[in-house]
Amino acid sequence: MIGNIIGVLYDGFAYGMLLFLLSVGMSVTLGMMNFVNLAHCAFAMIGGFVTVTLINNFGWPFLATLPAAFAAAAAVSVVFERILFRRFYRATDLDQCLLTIGVVFVSIAAAAYFFGTTQQPVRLPDWIRGVVAIGGHNFGVYRFFLIVVALAITGALIFGVEHTSFGARVRAAVDNQRMARGLGINVDRVFALTFALGSGLAGLGGALAIEVVGLDPQFAFTYLVYVLIVVSLGGMGSVGGAFAAAVLLGVSDTAGKYYMPQVSAFLIYVIVVALLMWRPLGLFGKRHA
Amino acid sequence: MTAALLAKGLDKRFGSLVVAGGISFELPVGERCALIGPNGAGKTTLINLLTGMLTPDAGEIVLNGEDISRAPPARRVRKGLARTFQINSLFPKLNPLEATTLAVCERRGETGDFLGRLAARRDAVDEAYDILKSLRLDGVCRRETRELAYGQQRLLEIALALATQPKVLLLDEPAAGVPKEDSGELFQVIDGLSRQLTLLFIEHDMDVVFRFASRILVMVGGRLLLEGTPAEIANDARVREVYLGSAGHG
Amino acid sequence: MSDASVPAKPPAEFLADGARWRWAEIAFWLAATLPYFVAQDYLQLAGQVLITGLFAMSLDLILGYAGVVSLGHAAFFGLGAYACGVASKWGWGEPITGLLIGGAFAGIVGYGASFIVSRFKGLALIMITLGLNQLVAEAANSAHGLTGGADGLQGVHTWDLLGYFHFDLYGVTAFWYILAVVFACFLLTRRMVHSPFGLALRGIRENSTRMVAIGAANRAHIRKAFVIAAFMAGVAGALLTETTETVSLETLSFQRSADVLVMLILGGVGQLYGGVVGAAIYMVARDRFSDVNPQYWYFWIGLLLIAVVVFLPNGIVGGLKKLGGYLGRAGR
Repeated sequence: MIGNIIGVLYDGFAYGMLLFLLSVGMSVTLGMMNFVNLAHCAFAMIGGFVTVTLINNFGWPFLATLPAAFAAAAAVSVVFERILFRRFYRATDLDQCLLTIGVVFVSIAAAAYFFGTTQQPVRLPDWIRGVVAIGGHNFGVYRFFLIVVALAITGALIFGVEHTSFGARVRAAVDNQRMARGLGINVDRVFALTFALGSGLAGLGGALAIEVVGLDPQFAFTYLVYVLIVVSLGGMGSVGGAFAAAVLLGVSDTAGKYYMPQVSAFLIYVIVVALLMWRPLGLFGKRHA
Repeated sequence: MTAALLAKGLDKRFGSLVVAGGISFELPVGERCALIGPNGAGKTTLINLLTGMLTPDAGEIVLNGEDISRAPPARRVRKGLARTFQINSLFPKLNPLEATTLAVCERRGETGDFLGRLAARRDAVDEAYDILKSLRLDGVCRRETRELAYGQQRLLEIALALATQPKVLLLDEPAAGVPKEDSGELFQVIDGLSRQLTLLFIEHDMDVVFRFASRILVMVGGRLLLEGTPAEIANDARVREVYLGSAGHG
Repeated sequence: MSDASVPAKPPAEFLADGARWRWAEIAFWLAATLPYFVAQDYLQLAGQVLITGLFAMSLDLILGYAGVVSLGHAAFFGLGAYACGVASKWGWGEPITGLLIGGAFAGIVGYGASFIVSRFKGLALIMITLGLNQLVAEAANSAHGLTGGADGLQGVHTWDLLGYFHFDLYGVTAFWYILAVVFACFLLTRRMVHSPFGLALRGIRENSTRMVAIGAANRAHIRKAFVIAAFMAGVAGALLTETTETVSLETLSFQRSADVLVMLILGGVGQLYGGVVGAAIYMVARDRFSDVNPQYWYFWIGLLLIAVVVFLPNGIVGGLKKLGGYLGRAGR
């Protein structure tokens, strides 16, 4: 039983790290511009497909594909941001939803056209698929890798937000966009960079997700709900909040499925509804949409 | 005789910042009271405390002898305490007639009716129209609010408040943004309101204040510095120093 | 200028103008009967479109008129569908009372939910409604004995309409029945939109802070609108049950909640016809494109959504109104 708990916590935490990578960009960009980007997971999906293609068709090593996944998602997202999304920062929330859902639909169709509708097969190197036994518990190496990567990124993000001048500009823009503009901060550029960074992280998350949850064209939809949960529970614009919410969701989802498979779906949504009724702005949020 | 509005020891602080400290005053029925003070003195905060949009940390608010300190904002309005906003807060896509009729219907408790035709509420619409007419807004009453001239929107602010049939009306810089030459006209309209109505208005233009106020409250740094008749205030050295001096810059 | 003109008629007449029937509206409802005359093969699709249109219209009541965004509206559609279906399975298959059973059940649950919904806004509200929707869906899934769970509810039988019109295989009775019910609900909604209550809802959507400052009980208004919307969604769900004689978990899925929201925004929010028009375009497109390849459908509907946002900020109905305005002025 104790062994189970450790295993469940381990897997749940790793899953939470994945959700964090997928969500943190959306949380920050939503907090900054109030732009509802439901296509966030479509950018994540790009990362996944880049990794699959590079491994299967070009024989790249798995690790080398990860920066490529990040870069591709970031690049594509910034093209969308500059050409399309930018014009709708002042549109209503509903128009933003419709626009970005349209992008999701098109991305699903495009992914299905190029890659087919089935789960993408990908063979990772053996060293990363192994299991290590420590004190009688088995730990998957891949999940360990996932946790290390995500923690490193979290550390870098929090450090970057707190201690760099770019981070200071991001914080100012999230806090009060108008004031930030008044101080001479080029909010549009800060936003474009943040948007690219957030989408890149989502792309990385998409690439890392293949081994854990698989990848098919519906990915852009399936994980949208999870991302929205993380963003709302964590509080918009809060990196730490997204981290806490992602861990909470990852662990409770995994634990629910393990211990109470009958009611696990109940459990997640009871937590979501209860927490949001208690704290409508999220655990660490300060501001309404 | 009971005061129309009475505030006793209102306190409000955000962290260590005192935005209202021990504010007490009394407005007799029919008073035309100006609330003056430099920017950041807490004048709008005081209105928000009185109307319940902010909750005071301590203190008491009494409207016509009734303690309303605990009443939610909407109930205070129904009891006769209305306000206008310094920055227009209107219904952009409703026309003035709809907006004012809405306020009249809310007061009469008729907005729960979801099967009757709005146009059949002739009394309510007529009343709204008369209010608009008295503020010279009848000519534009069928245009969407967002299409109105700025000055007309300022008047609509007052129309909406009047439609609630207030006993006490709090005007937060009614002439804010209106060119100085037009603000006199706006205050003529305000001055023409019923003498049964008690007014508290925030205003920066001293000429206007001395012309229309029967009493003046001076606020500085979240506290009431003093109150008195226009003549008393005009001759008070502290006011000259604190307020008139700094107003010269703004 | 009209600014100076003195009104010749009482001011109340000004407000009556907006409520007057227009030719385009009459044409719209006449066109709604067309499937019977020109496209008998598509009667079933036409019925589904009308039902979904009614469902979207009920969402419009809270979204378009009160500004309350719900991502869980399918819960009420599904509750209505199941209530009606279970009643039928237990031996009461009378269609008209069946609708009322479905609507009432959804309305009662909606009344409970309204106390939660009226207290929140923004992202929290969206996620809470989504969460409640999922909880209802899971509950229906678990209550296998009552609902049939994932297998769907079997054994639903709808009696003849008014004891006379049999629900035929070709769907002729069903089509006219659906059209009549949807039209009746539309009349009710239209009436509501032009009532004092409808004005109050628009006020909340436009500026809820100001509503408080004119003494309005916003939460009470929102609760009331929510219950009415839940009732209408329940009626729509019951209509589906009665005309298909089965109920599946899909009726209260999150997917349906999201779809109806997309249809409504596509058609145009807060314009009375947006729901029906959006449902028609979305569902007909899905039917046509899915025949070829489901992926086509995703691609084209995606492009359509993007194009509507780029070119028609108030949805398709909003765009048509604008066009009508231009033509009207040009024709003069």
